[in-house]
Amino acid sequence: MIRIEPRENASRAFAFGIPVLSAVISLAFAAIPLLAAGANPITAYGEMIKGVFGSVFAVSEMLTRATPLIFTGLAAALAFRAKLWNIGAEGQLYLGAMAAVAIGSGLFDISGILLLPLIIVLGAAAGAAGMMAPTYLKVRFGADEVVTTLLLNFIILIFLQMMLEGPLQDPMGLGWPQSAPVLDQGMLPPLMDRMRLHSGLILALVLAAIAQFMLARSVWGFKLRAVGENAAAARHAGINVRRSLFGVAAISGALAGLAGVSEVAGLKGYLTADLSPGFGYTGIVVAMLAGLSPVGVVIAALFIASVFVGADSMSRAMGVSSFLADLVVSMSLLCVLVGGFLTKYRILRTKGATA
Amino acid sequence: MGWRQRQPNISMTQSTALRLTGLSKRFGSVVATDDVSLTLEKGEVLALLGENGAGKTTLMNMLFGHYLPDAGTVEVADESGTLQSLPLGHPQAALAAGVGMVHQHFALAENINTLDNITLGSEPLRSFRRNRNSAKAKIDGIIERSGLNAPLNVPVGRLSVGERQRVEILKALYRDARILVLDEPTAVLTPQEADTLFDNIKTMTEDGLSVIFISHKLREVLAFSDRIAVLRHGKKVGEMATADADEKVIARMMVGADTPKVARTEMAPGTPLLKLSDVSVKGRAKRDTLKGVDLTVNAHEILGIAGISGNGQSELANVISGLAQPSAGTITVDDQDVSKPSPGAMVKAGIGRIPEDRHHEGIVGAMSVAENMVIERLDDPAIQSRGLLKRDAIQANAEKLAKAYDVRGPGVTAASRLLSGGNIQKLILARVFERSPRLILANQPTRGLDMGAAAEVGRRLLEARERGAGVVLISEDLDEILGLADRIVVIRDGNLVEAVSHDREQIGLMMAGEPA
Repeated sequence: MIRIEPRENASRAFAFGIPVLSAVISLAFAAIPLLAAGANPITAYGEMIKGVFGSVFAVSEMLTRATPLIFTGLAAALAFRAKLWNIGAEGQLYLGAMAAVAIGSGLFDISGILLLPLIIVLGAAAGAAGMMAPTYLKVRFGADEVVTTLLLNFIILIFLQMMLEGPLQDPMGLGWPQSAPVLDQGMLPPLMDRMRLHSGLILALVLAAIAQFMLARSVWGFKLRAVGENAAAARHAGINVRRSLFGVAAISGALAGLAGVSEVAGLKGYLTADLSPGFGYTGIVVAMLAGLSPVGVVIAALFIASVFVGADSMSRAMGVSSFLADLVVSMSLLCVLVGGFLTKYRILRTKGATA
Repeated sequence: MGWRQRQPNISMTQSTALRLTGLSKRFGSVVATDDVSLTLEKGEVLALLGENGAGKTTLMNMLFGHYLPDAGTVEVADESGTLQSLPLGHPQAALAAGVGMVHQHFALAENINTLDNITLGSEPLRSFRRNRNSAKAKIDGIIERSGLNAPLNVPVGRLSVGERQRVEILKALYRDARILVLDEPTAVLTPQEADTLFDNIKTMTEDGLSVIFISHKLREVLAFSDRIAVLRHGKKVGEMATADADEKVIARMMVGADTPKVARTEMAPGTPLLKLSDVSVKGRAKRDTLKGVDLTVNAHEILGIAGISGNGQSELANVISGLAQPSAGTITVDDQDVSKPSPGAMVKAGIGRIPEDRHHEGIVGAMSVAENMVIERLDDPAIQSRGLLKRDAIQANAEKLAKAYDVRGPGVTAASRLLSGGNIQKLILARVFERSPRLILANQPTRGLDMGAAAEVGRRLLEARERGAGVVLISEDLDEILGLADRIVVIRDGNLVEAVSHDREQIGLMMAGEPA
């Protein structure tokens, strides 16, 4: 018989051990479909590692892939810290991207060095704006933000398609649903010659560092943690819970919006409806793997980007489907959730009950 | 009111109904119970006494199968009176052996009626229709024999707390309980309701039921039990016939030392500090509404609010602590109007608040002791400058307060949920009293605390009163109010009525809503 009892105090080792263990276990489990596909797992993982760390180009690709995940991971991690379940980072990403191309493609006459800062600020603002309605509905009517933010994603996607075939459409684009390109002054400068890696990564890392510092050291972070851990006590102590929620909602939305800005103005240069292969949703996995810590988000984003980039490379080398990456990512999330349970409860095996 | 000495049931043929032998249970490094043995005779009322954390509830949870003991056995007498060992860790087995437990927090479904609540869980899953008539006949029989009255066809949500408790007991008896465990049964009852409960218990024990009741109210233990067992730090430290016991002996046994007496000196009230005029509050349920109350709290005064829980205490406390907005009326603190209160505004107005539910409202359990000690003063330049926390100052503040208020635990940087209930309350006291508040709202400040910690709370409140503060003391423990308050106001159905004297009998009647 198995019994479950609450632990009175989980050791600190759990906080670090569980994400790492989850990553390892998910990779180990992925060996099963690899074997089923007739591939040698050892060779396959070798190819993956080569595909991520085998060359400067490989590493730069991995970092390029990690950049939007750091943004969306931070967006999820900060909101989740306040128990604000923002599942809408995907939509907010597109809002940020739309703002970026609207301003950056020369639709309005803004020139020179002001263009890039403006793109960043307004992209972030657009993402933040996307969180206002769900937060208002939650605070005012108690509407579940999981539902509202999630459903808003689909509304924003349809809005995006409308914009891409309407006001934002590239007049030179032969009728394709894609936006006009962002002007050169509006692009995030690349970090390395002939590589796709761009300075969006630097922005992401700086924001992660700021988030980490503010969470631990600022009154804002104190209030955020208090609201997330025990809103009733926070309110009783005189903390304005609504203001905290709106504040973190805006920041979360802004970070997701910046993921869109970074992809459009750093990588692609123009906007299509397939800009993001689910970065908003993967950001949730990143945040959970990171234990909702901003620094952890950077590490988790690097891991997940490695899995995706490595799986692509392995798939090319060995002819195994790159869907394996999704499998590893999903499984790592499940492992983290199980691990989270194990930090709260212990499982005891008891012998058949006899007196 | 009949606080009379109970005659032991010597007429009963003595046979053992329950025997616990050598029960031990550890939670991690904490020893909850250590080698505890107890016996319960048939028809006996055994009072299980002990401070919070002494292991009473753990012991009963092992008896009932909720916890699996690390060592020890439980034996329960079967129908014929022979002791049979009980498989451990199986609540179903305990139920089948005739052990019933009534928890402090009732486990009733509010939206369905009493009859269904009683039969819920004891009817076969696979039968399509329930045999309500035979169930009703059985329950009627039990009610007639025991005197436990409760309307059967009314949703439990509409019953009073006393009635709900009777439903819980009926539920146990319906499942043919021969041993009944009551966890702090009188915590939510008026003195008169408590009397009725014990009268019912007496009737039931004459019928052969054996009862263990957990309590820390010495008065009722002495009046209504046959035998007393005292636990301290997980060990049984004493056992005696109630006839041989007195309050002092038991108290010393529970605490391990004499408890300090709280000395209270008479004092003339000062100027009014807090005034509520015609204040109404809409609560969630109709019976929780505060209906146009007037209240004045003066300096140098402890105002006791007595009443059964759920009569508007929460709304009153919420208004004073700034959590609830009055729907009508005015509130002034020091003649300043605060009719649109917020928790922050009340803190600024100099009101110190000790919340009713210290775990839920008092602390953020995941945050450190040090952080919880400054959570009400995040605007204070001593704590932060330009939005950044002064971590050294927070740490120093916490160490100073932990020492001054004797907050014990794994250190001020540890998560506050790791503290015991008494130490959490000391943390809150430290946070409240260090700011020398003009007015203190203490809502159930000693609930669940051991005697030492409770005495400490009383001492701090009296100290604040001497310093010139006004105190609003809301408590379900009438003894506490009688011991501390200068004036007593009874809250009943959202109305406040001032008691003319410290008369226990009269206040009890006022609490029950009968004309005094």
